[in-house]
Amino acid sequence: MPAADPRHPQLSPEQLAEVRRLQSLYPDKRGALLPVLQLAQGTFGYISLEVEEYVAKLFDLTPAHVHEVVTFYTLFFQEPKGRHVIAVCHNLSCHLMGAKTIIDHLKQRLGVEPGETTADGRVTLLSVECLCACELAPMMQVDDGYEGVLTPEKVDRILAGLG
Amino acid sequence: MAERIFTRTFHLPGSHTLRVYRETGGYTAIAKALRMEPAAITEEVKKSNLRGLGGAGFPTGTKWSFIPKGSTAPKYLVVNADEGEPGTFKDRYLLERDPHAVIEGMLIAARAIDSRQGFVYIRGEYVQPWRIFSGAVREAYGAGLLGKNIQGSGSDFDIIIHRGAGAYICGEETGLISSLEGKKGWPKVKPPFPAIKGAFGQPTIVNNVETLAAVPHIINRGGEWFAGLGSKTQGGTRLYSVSGHVVTPGVVEASVSITLRSLIYDECGGISNGRRLKAVVPGGASAAILTADEIDVTMDVDGLKNAGTMAGSAGVIVMDDTVSIPEALMVVARFYAHESCGQCTPCRESTGWIYKIACRIVEGKGRKEDLDTILDVAKRGAGTTICAFYDGAVGPYISYVEKFRDEFEALIRSGGGA
Repeated sequence: MPAADPRHPQLSPEQLAEVRRLQSLYPDKRGALLPVLQLAQGTFGYISLEVEEYVAKLFDLTPAHVHEVVTFYTLFFQEPKGRHVIAVCHNLSCHLMGAKTIIDHLKQRLGVEPGETTADGRVTLLSVECLCACELAPMMQVDDGYEGVLTPEKVDRILAGLG
Repeated sequence: MAERIFTRTFHLPGSHTLRVYRETGGYTAIAKALRMEPAAITEEVKKSNLRGLGGAGFPTGTKWSFIPKGSTAPKYLVVNADEGEPGTFKDRYLLERDPHAVIEGMLIAARAIDSRQGFVYIRGEYVQPWRIFSGAVREAYGAGLLGKNIQGSGSDFDIIIHRGAGAYICGEETGLISSLEGKKGWPKVKPPFPAIKGAFGQPTIVNNVETLAAVPHIINRGGEWFAGLGSKTQGGTRLYSVSGHVVTPGVVEASVSITLRSLIYDECGGISNGRRLKAVVPGGASAAILTADEIDVTMDVDGLKNAGTMAGSAGVIVMDDTVSIPEALMVVARFYAHESCGQCTPCRESTGWIYKIACRIVEGKGRKEDLDTILDVAKRGAGTTICAFYDGAVGPYISYVEKFRDEFEALIRSGGGA
């Protein structure tokens, strides 16, 4: 679908109306930059350089400003990500409770290193800083949700349930 | 057992809904506050000795009083829901289980500082908390508790929910403001403080989720009552996030003056698997570590400060006697190296180099001068940066090495680096 092509980005009229609504919420429309980038990533899959330029125009900002913002935050992807993103916490509480075992297990099962996506485009594996669910350590984020008190067996069940 | 304020409805099904919140006394404090003079609200909060529960521990009423009097400029109330301090998860519970307490706290704070516009900055990874909180805001609008002419009072207040995009530094209040303005989350030089010149250049108060959730109770039951629950210089109970090697990790509500020993052994069942305690981080990763024989301290801001560490966000990370402290240092050093925003040279450079040194020590390639190098680099950088991030990193760097120096030295010797 051309409309969702990150190389030739174009938001729909409804989405552009949403951009204007978001911009109107803030005393300075630039306040809506993060929400609009989130909308753009949801539409195009990731934030390509072309998406950065497209969004910059919507805000009368330079592409450099948008690039600086995109590269600052971990939740903006600059290349295509898998259909699912698994982000395993490796910070202190999860480290104490066995995060390394979980990350090693996922590396072995998926055949990728953290930061990589499986060849079939199914899963992007990440190793991340504290997700603030330390009572569930070791834990990980799978797309929108948190999964905790992980064991290799539980990880296998979660992987089997992913589309 | 301590009084339950923040967690009083956590066990109830639908505790996040307007119906349950109202059935348990919700939105009576704003009705009372709407009949109070704004200055009287701030005075009551001052009397309560409520101190910011996000990490810095600054007196909340005093913070509110910094908003210029009589200013006609728009004033913004910003809620810091960018929970990110390693070992902390209590704001997630409040957003999911008692979102209306946060909204009511915002309404009261807004009246105190004459704000008509609130922003709630929720970390991007918190998808479920964001959904639940957004639902609560919609319900509050539907009931006329937000928007124009709230409850016929003539006051307006709107809430905009702003999702973060993954950056620990945006939990620092001026970094958060930069992010809210559509920039990378670089902290700003203070002064001017946000109360004078904050979000979008206007007077702004940034308060933590839990801090605001305390406010309705203070208005309903009085500042003196809240003050009486805590220590001489800090009122209330607070939420402790306890994780690591305890029998029952989780959120615990207790007085700010509970001892660390009681929190671990009475509230969380002691050390798991019958092991012995080795060390505890009492206030999130950025707090200096305490050894097993340093836990007879009270958890209030001043109690932990006197013990050479800090209450911070009350994230308590418990380590048993199997834990390698050099490995723990490597893990926290990786965090600071990754999350340094890169603005100030001492922080950007030191966090990276200390992580590299910690890695080589753990790999058995440590050099005998490494420990003094870590201490030297850490101490030189302290206090030289725009925000408190690097000072937060220095706490663990120095305390891990100084308190467990023998363990580090043994590891370096075993690798041939003696």
